[in-house]
Amino acid sequence: MDDSAVSEEATGTRYPLGDLLFGGVTWLSAAGVLLVLGAIVAMLWLGAQPAFAKFGFWGFVSSAEWNPVTERFGGLSPMLGTLVSSLIAILFGLPVSFGIALFITEMAPPWLKAPVGTAIELLAAIPSIIYGMWGLFVFAPFFADHIQPVLTDTLGELPGIGALFQGPPLGISIFNAGIILAIMIIPFITSVMRDVFETVPQELRESAFGIGCTTWEVVWHVILPMTRVGVVGGIMLGLGRALGETMAVTFVIGNAHELHLSLFEPSNSIASTIANEFTEADGEVYTASLIALGLLLFLITFVILALAKLMLLRMSRQEGNAR
Amino acid sequence: MDRYRRRKAVNVFNLGVSAFTTAIALFFLFWLLWTLFRQGLAHLDLRLFTQDMPGPGSEGGGLRNAIVGSLLLTALGILIGAPIGVLTGTYLAEFGRHARLSQAVRFINDILLSAPSIVIGVFVYEIMVVPMGNFSGWSGGVALAIIVVPVVVRTTEDMMRLVPDTLREAAAALGAPRWRVVTDVVLRASLNGIMTGILLALARIAGETAPLLFTALNNQFFTLDMDQPMGNLPVTIFNFAMGPYDNWHDLAWAGSLLITLTVLILNITTRIFLRTKR
Amino acid sequence: MNEATPTLVEEERTTFADRPSRDGDTNAAPQPLDGETALPHPQVERAKIEVRHLNFYYGKFQALHDINLRIPENKVTAFIGPSGCGKSTLLRTFNRIYNLYPGQRATGEILLDGRNILDRREDLNRLRARVGMVFQKPTPFPMSIYENIAYGVRLYERLGRAAMDERVEWALRKAALWNEVKDILKRSGKALSGGQQQRLCIARAIAIKPEVLLLDEPASALDPISTLKIEELVTELKGSYTIVIVTHNMQQAARISDYTAFMYMGRLIEFQDTNTLFTNPASKQTEDYITGRFG
Repeated sequence: MDDSAVSEEATGTRYPLGDLLFGGVTWLSAAGVLLVLGAIVAMLWLGAQPAFAKFGFWGFVSSAEWNPVTERFGGLSPMLGTLVSSLIAILFGLPVSFGIALFITEMAPPWLKAPVGTAIELLAAIPSIIYGMWGLFVFAPFFADHIQPVLTDTLGELPGIGALFQGPPLGISIFNAGIILAIMIIPFITSVMRDVFETVPQELRESAFGIGCTTWEVVWHVILPMTRVGVVGGIMLGLGRALGETMAVTFVIGNAHELHLSLFEPSNSIASTIANEFTEADGEVYTASLIALGLLLFLITFVILALAKLMLLRMSRQEGNAR
Repeated sequence: MDRYRRRKAVNVFNLGVSAFTTAIALFFLFWLLWTLFRQGLAHLDLRLFTQDMPGPGSEGGGLRNAIVGSLLLTALGILIGAPIGVLTGTYLAEFGRHARLSQAVRFINDILLSAPSIVIGVFVYEIMVVPMGNFSGWSGGVALAIIVVPVVVRTTEDMMRLVPDTLREAAAALGAPRWRVVTDVVLRASLNGIMTGILLALARIAGETAPLLFTALNNQFFTLDMDQPMGNLPVTIFNFAMGPYDNWHDLAWAGSLLITLTVLILNITTRIFLRTKR
Repeated sequence: MNEATPTLVEEERTTFADRPSRDGDTNAAPQPLDGETALPHPQVERAKIEVRHLNFYYGKFQALHDINLRIPENKVTAFIGPSGCGKSTLLRTFNRIYNLYPGQRATGEILLDGRNILDRREDLNRLRARVGMVFQKPTPFPMSIYENIAYGVRLYERLGRAAMDERVEWALRKAALWNEVKDILKRSGKALSGGQQQRLCIARAIAIKPEVLLLDEPASALDPISTLKIEELVTELKGSYTIVIVTHNMQQAARISDYTAFMYMGRLIEFQDTNTLFTNPASKQTEDYITGRFG
């Protein structure tokens, strides 16, 4: 298919004017997409300069102080908040996504596959601000009344990690944000998992069933090892989404700049801090610090998403070889 | 056979857990939608479309200016973003299918697809709001356009690739130049798919809040002036939900329902569109 | 309808009590076809698998029509016929692998040692441990060569290290692969050549010690030399296993099988000992096919 794609660039053919013009416009447009990415990084870098100049890059990254009055800013607290809430999201979202992917690809009768698949995909279509409102008005009170006390009484009593589960029963916390994020990234991880599970050749499934494997054994010992790279790619994609998610988190994380050991204390994330404070930020250093946070967020998600993309590419290449 | 019974038990247990997790996810979806419909429908009335946003402490009010603002902003986002997306997709699928630039663009595009939208807001703030000196509808539209582009690029390329090369060859064999082949044959054959991509992009930006927070900002008053801060649904929902007044909360729910319905309808339409195509 | 088989009502019953008498009945005479012309059928001393009035459907499409067949124990039986004739479909009913796909179903009876495996209560995992299968394309699992074999064994037996090593070596020797892989057992099964992979799959199948081995065109994706090795292997293995092989290659069927069934358009046309079928076919259709007049 590829070589017949009439890509005659290399042959030195002369093109009619229309081709040059139209081709040129599309080229410009494509180059523009690259340019936008470059411009985003450049502008964030420039905008963050006053903050980096004052605190130093490492000074900014390693300080948890956030004081608009004294104009001392450090990104540690929101960075930790972003990472911890996203990890909680993966912790809950991953097993659920795997369960759904397994259910849809290997278990569900045909009449159930499409509706369940569509319903899960709808989770991704709902705007994040809706998750935020629902999280604030419905889930947070429910969580505070019914789930958090149980967790505090059980996990909270454990030596060592118990401190993670002690805190005010507000329902406004990093833990809660993590759960909402989990629901939001489930459709992304699920969809990648479904796709890669379906790349496993049917003969391989049959031969595993053919020696008497149970469905679970086929999935766990054959399908999952074969699709490992793709599955990890899907998890990274979900992680990238969770890291950058703004509105849902802003509603339920509490936006407090203190560092806490407990997961039930209000906290903040990079995105929620920017969303809450950007328009109120007065003073060059304050704004620059927020932009610096944006730059950090962009770089972290860029790396994670790039890794995800590379893994999924490797997966599809493997598949190409196998055929 | 003890071993065998254990294997069976493990299988049944794990498959049970998997069905259970599916049920959990569906439960959350329905819980969310149920809340949304219950709260939203209770406050969905004509005033929503005829009255403007209420100020702090004032009674009643609607969302007219926010709805109109959102329509304007999304329209602007699509008008700027969709052509760039289609052109870029055309480059990737046709003119530069194997070019090095294409590989880079594909990679970057997929990353932009999931990039944090709040950062795009900050970026547009810097390149537009700061030089222009004020928040504006224009900058909000541009921010949304940056989110539209990757979605449209992706679907355009995918859909154009579905057009069989024999069709291109047949057109080229008639002596049509490359650009005529692309516009007359490939574009026409994949038009439905590309429209689907644009609809999906529309669904995506209809509820986007973060990139508007410091570009279009929000506006309590009705305006059609794109040079001014512009009222819009998502930011209004955010402000009202976080605010202290009950009528604000009610309006936020009604606005949420409005957005979600729009997005769901767009999504379902594209699905039906794609299914009947196949 | 016909005098050789018991009445239909009796046929449908699958209690074990009436097995011996029925065995005595059906051993005696060949199965008739369409109630009129007698279907040629060889004398089978002991049938490992007995197919009775089997119909098979892919959704609404009927792929097999009233198949009656007795597959002898510890012999090689080949299914031949043009593509789409249903030979693979028939093979895939013997371990009910078709069950993976909703919409595919079989009616009638398939008796394995006298027990109807089409019964709804049949335990498919156990059935598949007894009836091994090797597919058209080699399907090594994503594990090491050693694990590929040990994995299946471990599903059913708890063996110590030494015993497991022994079993793996035994299976690999049986599959004539041991000498080629004994030094690279830790390597991925995918690192092997296509022919070696296919022998690995055969080793994996026999390591579980099944009673029946189903081979679905096992050599069709392989080069001539690997094909030869697989054929030698099949000849080697008969005697201890009941082997059923589907092949589109008539020469192959003639070389390695003891009995051959010719199928056409979802029907069993003729079943004979291989020699008779290829030298003196009873049916005109069979003759046309083996002489290359169609197919």
